[in-house]
This record gives sequence, C-alpha cells and structure tokens, in this order.
Amino acid sequence: MNYFPDEVLEHVFDFITSHKDRNSVSLVCKSWYKIERYSRQRVFIGNCYSISPERLIARFPGLKSLTLKGKPHFADFNLVPHDWGGFVYPWIEALAKSRIGLEELRLKRMVVSDESLELLSKSFVNFKSLVLVSCEGFTTDGLAAIAANCRFLRELDLQENEVDDHRGHWLSCFPESCTSLISLNFACLRGEVNLGALERLVSRSPNLKSLRLNRAVPLDTLQKLLMRAPQLVDLGIGSYVHDPFSEAYNKLKIAIQRCKSIRSLSGFLEVAPHCMSAIYPICGNLTFLNLSYAPGLHGNKLMKLIQHCRKLQRLWILDCIGDKGLGVVALTCKELQELRVFPSDPFEAGNAAVTEEGLVLVSAGCPKLNSLLYFCQQMTNAALITVAKNCPNFIRFRLCILDPIKPDPVTNQPLDEGFGAIVQSCKGLKRLSLSGLLTDQVFLYIGMYAEQLEMLSIAFAADSDKGMLYVLNGCKKLRKLEIRDCPFGDAALLEDVGKYETMRSLWMSSCEVTLGGCKAVAEKMPSLNVEIIDESEQMEFNLDDKQKVDKMYLYRTLVGHRKDAPEYVWIL
Amino acid sequence: MENDLNLKATELRLGLPGSDEPERQMIPRPNKRTLSDIVSEGSRSTTEEDHQDTAPPAKLQIVGWPPVRSYRKNCLQGKKDEVEGGTGMYVKVSVDGAPYLRKIDLKVYRSYPQLLLALENMFKLTIGAYSEREGYNGSDYAPTYEDRDGDWMLVGDVPWEMFISSCKRLRIMKGSEARGLGCV
Repeated sequence: MNYFPDEVLEHVFDFITSHKDRNSVSLVCKSWYKIERYSRQRVFIGNCYSISPERLIARFPGLKSLTLKGKPHFADFNLVPHDWGGFVYPWIEALAKSRIGLEELRLKRMVVSDESLELLSKSFVNFKSLVLVSCEGFTTDGLAAIAANCRFLRELDLQENEVDDHRGHWLSCFPESCTSLISLNFACLRGEVNLGALERLVSRSPNLKSLRLNRAVPLDTLQKLLMRAPQLVDLGIGSYVHDPFSEAYNKLKIAIQRCKSIRSLSGFLEVAPHCMSAIYPICGNLTFLNLSYAPGLHGNKLMKLIQHCRKLQRLWILDCIGDKGLGVVALTCKELQELRVFPSDPFEAGNAAVTEEGLVLVSAGCPKLNSLLYFCQQMTNAALITVAKNCPNFIRFRLCILDPIKPDPVTNQPLDEGFGAIVQSCKGLKRLSLSGLLTDQVFLYIGMYAEQLEMLSIAFAADSDKGMLYVLNGCKKLRKLEIRDCPFGDAALLEDVGKYETMRSLWMSSCEVTLGGCKAVAEKMPSLNVEIIDESEQMEFNLDDKQKVDKMYLYRTLVGHRKDAPEYVWIL
Repeated sequence: MENDLNLKATELRLGLPGSDEPERQMIPRPNKRTLSDIVSEGSRSTTEEDHQDTAPPAKLQIVGWPPVRSYRKNCLQGKKDEVEGGTGMYVKVSVDGAPYLRKIDLKVYRSYPQLLLALENMFKLTIGAYSEREGYNGSDYAPTYEDRDGDWMLVGDVPWEMFISSCKRLRIMKGSEARGLGCV
C-alpha cells in the first residue's frame, strides 16, 4: 500500500464511512493518518468535554458534519442539575472563526442558546442540516434565525427538546427563495404556528420527504399539506381531532390515499380514536409507527390499526396497548425488529398495563426482534429465559420494571437467571438496562457472557462490590457504565482505574464511593476528569475523605479540566 | 429509660426503628436506604411526629424513576389531565332565569348536535343552529362554557374532543345578552 499515491488512498478511504473504521484507519501509520484526516468530513464526538473545538478544527480541516453529545445519559431523568454544562456556543464560535465549511450539526443533550443558533445561521454559507435531540436553552427566536439565514437549509429536525415557544413567526422567516427543504420536524414545539406560512413553505418544497407537525396544526391544515406533498415518506401528525361526518374528514381520506410513499408515521398528539380508519390505506406500507404520544388511542381501535400494519419493523407504543394488544402485534408484525413500550403513566409506579406475558408473545411471534425498550409491571425469570431462546439476536435490551426491586412474582426470586439467559443467548448484545430484584450473581453472568456489551445501566441492584468488579473485569468492550443506588464502593471503583481510560464515561450516584476514593482515581489517572456533583454544598463544609459522594461522573479527556463547570461541580 | 420523654423513641432517624445506624450524613439522602426501607417507612411513621404528605405505601416516588425523559413526562402529564375522568364527566349547567342548576355527563354525547338536543330537551327551550360566523344568532338562547383558563366561550367553535377536555361548566345565556354574542 506504500506505493499508492495519496489520491488513490483517499479514494479508497471514501468507501469507509463508519467512524470506528475511519478511526482505525488513522492509526495504521503516519501517512494514513495524514490522508485520513484531510479527507474526513464527518466527525462524531460522544462527549463534548473529551476534546476541544480547536483541536478538532486543527486535525480535520475538511470537516462538514459534526455530531456532539453533552450531558450524561442520566440527565434525561433529572439526575443532573440544569446548568451542569454541555454548552454548544464555544464550538460554534470556534468553528465560525475557522475556515471550516460546516454543513451539518447534530446535537444531543446539549445546551443551545439563541445566540448560538444565530451565530450558526450566519457563519456557514452552505449550512444544510440541524438536528437537535433532547436539547434545551433556545426559543423560537433562534429557530427564526436559522430559517431566515440558512439559504440552503435541507433539514431542521427537533426531537424532544424543551423549547421556549414565543409563538413568533419563525415559520414565516423561511424566505420565498427557500425551496430546498427535505426534512422539517417541529413536533416538540408547544405553541401556535402560522398555518398559512406552513402551507406555502410545503408548497414550495418539492423535495420534502419528512414532515412532523406539532399539536397546533389542525386537521384541515394537515389535509392541505398532504395534498401539496404526496411524496412524503415520513409523516408526524399533530392534531387528529375531527368530526367523522365532516367535509374536512372526507378531504383528509382522499389526501391520505394519495400519499403512497409514507413509510413512517408518528405524532397523533391529540387524537379522536374513532377516526383512525382514514389512516388504514397507508398502514400496509408502514415500517415505523410511533404512537407513544397518543394515550387517547387504545383498546380495540388501537388493535384494529395495528392489524393493518403487516410490514412494521419498528413500533413505539404506550403500555395501554396491554398484553392482549401485544399479542396482536405478535400475530401481525412478523418483520418487527424494534419494540418500545413506554409507560402511559410515568408518575405512578405500579400502574403499567403490560407484564411479562406481552413480551413473551412478541418474542414468539417476531423472531427478528433485536431491540427492546420495555416498561412493565413485572417480569419473571421463566419469561426472560423464553424470550432469550426465541430472540437470540438482541442488540439492545432495556427492561424497566416500574417497581425497581421487584422480584419474580411467581417464585419470589431475583431476576438474575432471567437476565443471565439473555446475555448468554444474545451474543451480539451491545446495550443492556437492568431492573427488578438483582444480586451480584447477574453481574457474574454479564461479565462472563456479555462480550460485545458497550453500554450498561444499573439501578437498585447488587449486594456488594463484587457486582461491579465482575462487570469491569469481564466486559472488554464496555464504553459507558451508569449506576445508581447500588452498594458499590471504593474497592470496586479503585480495582482497575486504567479501565476507565478505555471507556467513554462512568456515572455513579447514590452508591458507596467516598470522596477519598474519587480523589484516588483522579490522582492515578490524569487523563480522566473526575467530577463530583454536589448541589447541597456539603462538600464545602465537610472535606472528610470518608464522606460519601452523592454523584460522580468521570470521563476520559484529552483536554483536562473544563472551564465552564458551575459552582457545585468539583473536578478533582 | 428513666426519662419520661423517651427521647430515643421520638428521634428523627433515617433507619428503621430499632436499627442502630450511626448518624453520619448531615443531609437526608433517601436513596441510601433500600427500597423496602422506603416502602415500609411509608406504611408506618418512624417518629412520633406527624409526617404529612408522605407517599402512600404502595406507590414509590423516587427521583429519576421510572427512567422516562422529562420531555415525555411533561407531555403525558398534560394529556393525563385531558383523558382523566373515565367514569363520566359531569358538568354543571345553568340557564339564565332558571331557579336551580342541572348536571350533565359530557361523555355521553359524541357531538355538538347531540349535546344541544339534550340541552334543549332538558330545559324545554330552543337553541337553534350553530354557524361559525353568527354563532347562534336568531335564537333566544346561546350555549356558552367556561374553559380551563376561566374564559367564557361560545359552544361549537372548537373541535368536539377539544371542547369536552376543556369545558368546566355550561351556561345557557338568554335574551339580549345572548344575541349580543353573535356580533362579536
């Protein structure tokens, strides 16, 4: 390979698209490193504090697409204080000052201010795609700037963000000359939108393939939009409330029938269940159906809808579907690969309408199942063993029993054997979340069998340090470990501190680790940032090393301590 | 215990009564206990003091559990308020000039025409037809309702499902006041 000119190697590298593979390529030799870095266009940074924007820019001058993740995963569940960090502004500022021709920015769990959006919109002539997932800190004013200034915008995708909706006219800010939109998702916005502006925008976007509306878009507007965009592939319905005898409903039926390309359907943020028959004509082609925000849809109406969806590959649903409904899924959706069952009442533990029975039915009926998120009332070892036998292809297996320390209700035993069966059978398992009553034994199984495991989430489990040690010693490919309310202490934490350098991050909250233990890790491993998050300010008054640490988050980094940590975060 | 005050029994502690866990934390950290501690503590008070508003024993209220994104929780909370009331949705109905109020179950009806017919029958009056432009103009009566924000709205403007989820009470206005609404 030394005899090939650079251009040839570069051409070969063009075919290598996965981040992991490109990273590997860059490690082969200096020459490959050099060619790879100049030709790299897409970069993924799983922890925004692991590297600085300056170093990113220096290494990859040809950067076009950047993905950044900020807060740790448990921030989704309110375990991380609001202003902990994850600000995107410094990144945009640095990129704007450089000569990087940024075209795509994808952010997850980051704090995005209106200033950052405005700066972004004005700094990159060819900016095409903005995807924000679970972010916060911006308002519709920031969106207005993106709409107004990004002349070649193709994608604006807002997923589950907390946006301060000023009910402004951000949609009207797309200039008449903007005709390049391919994807527009504003389902998470709570305020009114200018319906006329929306209709005109869709009319002049012939390439629009994905459109997800918010609750404020009523049915008759939906009908008009569908008439103008029958080429849609992905549709998110906002409000689906109407009188089945009305003219609007008839028009909608006609409009929907024209949309023969729709493969993905979501939304129904407001729904009149007796009007679902209008949707049936497109159900047969759906590969993705997300009804997880439609609690109004359940019982027979829901089952009838699902019976029309024979080609479903991914289904996101609420637990009001019940075990019986899952039985219908098992009979109908033979192509199913991913199932997510969310709790319809996330506030009251113990009210889930699905049990182990539903899961067993789906595992029996859907042999291609490889990804699961399942919130349920209870689980048994027998069921998990059956599921493991039926579906050995799980890549992601996340089980959440609403009572987090509930044993097998039939045998009163911990769920060690059940989860053990899962990790033993599913040799390709990459992500696992545990719940229910669990002892050290389940971790022995995980350490022994889960060879491909990359991410593990543990809560209210284990009896001793041994549990954590089994995992750290056994799971060679572990990248992210997040633990809450487990009896793991300093002995486990300090057993093999070198391991943490091979991982992206470790989160431990309400465990038994002490300040002294955390300090020891920080001292031995300067390549790690060890953060203590302590809002109660106990750490200020009591610097006793034996003090238990409420929240610890450590991660590998090439750039040392971050400068933007709030007062209650100690970086040791 | 010679002391009548029996201080140990009234001591505010984090452990189960009878356990001798030393007081090492200055801040109460509920997650440090096992869940059974949390659950059993919910079912009996560990001190003589009256703990008001502790979670009822069967329900566990733990920070960050179940692990559901706050965005989703916020969305479903809003819907919970809407979908609630599975056993009927009774609202008061007043008619101007009538000596007492009535109550009707909105869940029984599927549409505005059905509701208006029922009201006409109940109070022996004529409400007439709804038009978007003129309301119930031409009729002596206009049905109005109080919504969640406390505003009085004309019945018929919003989609039915939206109406029943936001209607708190009904008032059938009469006479000149009623006719005045059509001009708004």
